[in-house]
Amino acid sequence: MSAVSAEAVTGGVRTGPEAEPRPRGGGEAAPLAPRARLLPSLAAVYRAQLSRARVARIPLLFVATFQSVGIMILMRGVVDGGDEARAVVAGSSVLVVAFVALNLLAQYFGQLRAGGGLDHYATLPVPPAAVVLGAAAAYASFTVPGTAVTAVAGSVLFKLPLTHLWVLVAVIPLSGAALAGLGAALGLLAPRQELATLCGQLGMSAALLLGVLPAAHLPAVLGLARDLLPSTYGVEALARCFDARPDWLAVAADLGVCAAVGVVSLAAATWAYRRAAVR
Amino acid sequence: MAERGSGGEVAGDAVCTVRGLVKTYPAARRRRGAEGAPAVRASDGVDLDVRRGEIFGLLGPNGAGKSTLVRQLTGLLRPDGGSVELLGHDLVRHPERAARLIGYLGQESSALDELTVALAAETTGRLRGLDLRTARAERDAVLDELGLAPIAGRPLKKLSGGQRRLACFAAALVGERPMLVLDEPTTGMDPVARRAVWAAVDRRRAEHGTTVLLVTHNVIEAETVLDRVAVLERGRIIACDTPAGLKALVADEVRVELVWRDAPPLDVPEVAALRAGATEAGRRWTLRLGPAEARAAVAAVTGGPAFSALDDFTLATPSLEDVYLALGGRAEGLVKG
Repeated sequence: MSAVSAEAVTGGVRTGPEAEPRPRGGGEAAPLAPRARLLPSLAAVYRAQLSRARVARIPLLFVATFQSVGIMILMRGVVDGGDEARAVVAGSSVLVVAFVALNLLAQYFGQLRAGGGLDHYATLPVPPAAVVLGAAAAYASFTVPGTAVTAVAGSVLFKLPLTHLWVLVAVIPLSGAALAGLGAALGLLAPRQELATLCGQLGMSAALLLGVLPAAHLPAVLGLARDLLPSTYGVEALARCFDARPDWLAVAADLGVCAAVGVVSLAAATWAYRRAAVR
Repeated sequence: MAERGSGGEVAGDAVCTVRGLVKTYPAARRRRGAEGAPAVRASDGVDLDVRRGEIFGLLGPNGAGKSTLVRQLTGLLRPDGGSVELLGHDLVRHPERAARLIGYLGQESSALDELTVALAAETTGRLRGLDLRTARAERDAVLDELGLAPIAGRPLKKLSGGQRRLACFAAALVGERPMLVLDEPTTGMDPVARRAVWAAVDRRRAEHGTTVLLVTHNVIEAETVLDRVAVLERGRIIACDTPAGLKALVADEVRVELVWRDAPPLDVPEVAALRAGATEAGRRWTLRLGPAEARAAVAAVTGGPAFSALDDFTLATPSLEDVYLALGGRAEGLVKG
């Protein structure tokens, strides 16, 4: 037995052995250790997730980029400049975001939940939002190099102006937030790990078909599906920027939709996390 | 240790009090190709008192309800009924407080697998509410203490099972808590790592009065490190005392193990008579006998025709495994050594 009182122990104040043991009477409760605050714990989760990239993610990031560049090379034989070329380049660029943020994050959370890995976070005094946002932000960050490479390569390939590509600075985080939130929510809500993987794959396939194929050629039903998919708005925003004088208001409106979907889906993912962590 | 056996001693010093805890897993639906499972009462009216500064063990085979009980104490699982009070806090009403009172080492490491040992410890400390400087200082101290410094830069995934377990244990220690809940912490560890774990636990106990709740199915470990142990069987606590106190329950018995070279010589009448009381596992028979009977049994198998069929035999004083069997438990899931 130790001669250190509970207060000294939990308060982190180390009292010497001369401190008297204080008998615990009735209602007196030991002080609680502090909660982890949102931003520092978000930063810690983000940093930890980012470091995973080195171990586990780099090959997949290459796959994501090659897939998009490959699609553009294929489509070069089909489309010849104009609106269609813009759609192909913008769609392929945002596809990288969908691959990593939607598909891989859904898989990651599905796997973590199935394997009991969420217990680790659930037994730490960390706000659920920090875990979800930290992971989502890290996965959105993984998409940066691939998306930028795809957009630049596509612009060169289809002879589109590079002038306004700086818009990627807004497109990546906002479509990243929307798609990562969706991916996290799917991964945490799916009753089984395989379903999480399946949903992630389907979401990515939808982003591929509905994003890359020019909208004018789609049947009405698919056009509606295209409007419902959040990646569409990222694609549209980026496509508009290949104009000589982009309609900035429309770009802002598209990105606003991404941001709104991001807020809603990340909130849903946080709720799903809370539900998955304590059964 | 034996003098700490009586159940009612210093009840006021209990840091963790569990009363009437009940948790039932609902019946699983039938799926194609698989039978549905019936509802399982994984905690069936559990009462527990853990005292300040002790290493309290939960012993039982897989499926006895150890992990279910621990998950309810750590706020991971909501009990159907009953109360859990830890250091004056009602954890059934406020499960989120468990994370601020308990350092938990679960059985899974998948959340940390792709991090390096150092980052796993540091991140866990940060998420326990430490600032960056403190988290790093504690990380370095714990990694040194456990001898993990040389592999601090390697991802957990690339380590052996025992090293990975030790790294997770390190993460559980960063950010001090008055209570540690360790779910089979030494699984897969070599003796050096095990010693490091118990030394680290003892140090925290001596310096800070840390209380430890340990889940184990290893009877040898239970006998050597625990102050008191609760024996679980099908969601119930069937006994709770010091290891020595529990072993006193079966002190008048001797365990006799016989290993036959081939088939047991059942044509020898003494051997045929022993078979009735033996637990058979392949060529090994385990018998629990009174001292006089044990002597007679050994005399019978070591003399005469039975001896040529005998490969090995041992006589031993009872272990917690024998206690467990004497109390009516199923011992198949317990590990020796």
